[in-house]
Amino acid sequence: MAVGVQVGRQTRVGMSGNEAVAYAVKQSNVDVVAAYPITPQTIIVERIAEYVNNGELNAACVAVESEHSALSACIGASLTGARVFTATSSQGLALMWEILWIASAMRTPIVMALANRALSAPINIHCSHDDAYAVRDAGWIQFFAEDVQEAYDLTIQAFRIAEDERVLFPVIVNLDGFILSHGVEALYVLDDESVNAFLPPRKPINTIDVEKPMTYGPLVLYDYYMEFKRAQAEAFNNSYPAILGILQEYSKLSGRNYAPIKTYGMEDAEAALVVLGSSAGTARFVARRLREQGKKVGVVSLTLYRPFPRDELARVLRRVKSVVVMDRSYSFGSPGAQLFMDVASALYDEKERPLLVNAVYGLGGRDFTAEQAEMAFRIALETARSGEVKERQVWLGVR
Amino acid sequence: MVYEVRWHGRGGQGVVTASDLLARAAVLEGKYVYHAPEFGPERRGAPVRAYTRISNEPIEQHFGIYNPDAVVVIDPSLLKLHDLILSGIKPGGLLVVNAKTVDSDLLERAKELRLSLWSVDAYTIAMDIFGNPLYNTPMLGAFTRAAGLVKLESVLSAVKERFRSPVAFERNAEAIKKAYEEVSKIV
Repeated sequence: MAVGVQVGRQTRVGMSGNEAVAYAVKQSNVDVVAAYPITPQTIIVERIAEYVNNGELNAACVAVESEHSALSACIGASLTGARVFTATSSQGLALMWEILWIASAMRTPIVMALANRALSAPINIHCSHDDAYAVRDAGWIQFFAEDVQEAYDLTIQAFRIAEDERVLFPVIVNLDGFILSHGVEALYVLDDESVNAFLPPRKPINTIDVEKPMTYGPLVLYDYYMEFKRAQAEAFNNSYPAILGILQEYSKLSGRNYAPIKTYGMEDAEAALVVLGSSAGTARFVARRLREQGKKVGVVSLTLYRPFPRDELARVLRRVKSVVVMDRSYSFGSPGAQLFMDVASALYDEKERPLLVNAVYGLGGRDFTAEQAEMAFRIALETARSGEVKERQVWLGVR
Repeated sequence: MVYEVRWHGRGGQGVVTASDLLARAAVLEGKYVYHAPEFGPERRGAPVRAYTRISNEPIEQHFGIYNPDAVVVIDPSLLKLHDLILSGIKPGGLLVVNAKTVDSDLLERAKELRLSLWSVDAYTIAMDIFGNPLYNTPMLGAFTRAAGLVKLESVLSAVKERFRSPVAFERNAEAIKKAYEEVSKIV
């Protein structure tokens, strides 16, 4: 049991994001963990190994020689019906790349914690969203935690979502490297009984069974490949209502509200930021100060990144005059960075839509300060006032 | 009200651990915290910073601390780097240093900034108890007394949770208590 202050059926504790994820994995009674160490994710797997070693968790920790093997082991384990977890960052995820697509197409529930870290070169260990963005098309559901509490809560929900028969897709829970992975915050953890009730043992279908041999991952050429992909696409899109339902159920259980997007001040905002991850809190912190000065600003943050909450986002953004979309990454040669392109596409069909600016910020752990957030709001406000976009893409906090 | 602490030391001295323990002690008192380390790949001996933000209200801001209410200098060799350790400190703030005696230059700067300056000889405490210059827990004890922000018992509870080995806990608790008693206000 977590050491902390008992509040009803929950306990108030201090934990880093990595510890909180590991604790959630333990409470989720995972069966198999296969991972390869990489900063800033390492502590998650270290903690899980401690739980197993102490007898607090009955799971197999598979020592592998690379991330490529780690995810391959996860797929095999998931096909046997096990509850499976892995964690990685940046280059580690890059090395998993070809297997990521296989995990999704073979409909293997796997939960991955991704402590977001910039991709090399130059070598960096701190936060960018390069890694999460680079696998956005691979058929994994992706969540972004904005604080340690969410890293914990989303991990538990991720298992339930991944294993739901209406879903059966792998899920990534993103937590900003160092900012959240190593950041210590107060959070509430559920008691084991509540987690067990929310997340009963997995009920797998089509598992590997030596008595009933089947082919998994066969060769499919132009005769059926396209139908296969169409089926996968429909399944992925159809998972949305199931995801919503599970988020709502967990919200009731925990008393903490989970939905695909979160909004602040959007009832009457004229200018807004769209953000992912730990920057959401910083953006709201600055928005509150600007509202005290009478500026009508708002913040939209995405908890669910894939499947992209297109309709919800369009609904809250269409009447805003100007929006700055914040990207903690850069997409070379694209019309904008990754989140910008998603937001622009989501708004394209709307009769009314805001003027859009893309801000690239925070690369490689560059601190996203209150001043930078304020600068982003000022750009949005000025764009709203003048009615024209001066610069379509700006870099914040670059020297 | 948000209270912000910046810790200065060198890689390998447990700077991050000191900030982490303070944050966990504050959580035990029902406070909200954000502790963040600031380090690159582990480089023993390189200057390292850590941040602790403490509040009675939920904390949303996830950025570094630029205008600390308090600065704790764990490593005595950093005390001459005034621009580093005093950078952005709030006038009237708190400065807690590890020193046998405080240099007159630093004393002058502290007076100019109307800082409350506290000092403790963590070297002697650490050598007596650990036989090694481990400054982080004694400096946590010194800060606890100087700031009066969290209770000594809360700090000791956080230390007990962190150091599972009874010997490690006993020694660190002793160092914390000794520094808590010995730290003194210079100005």
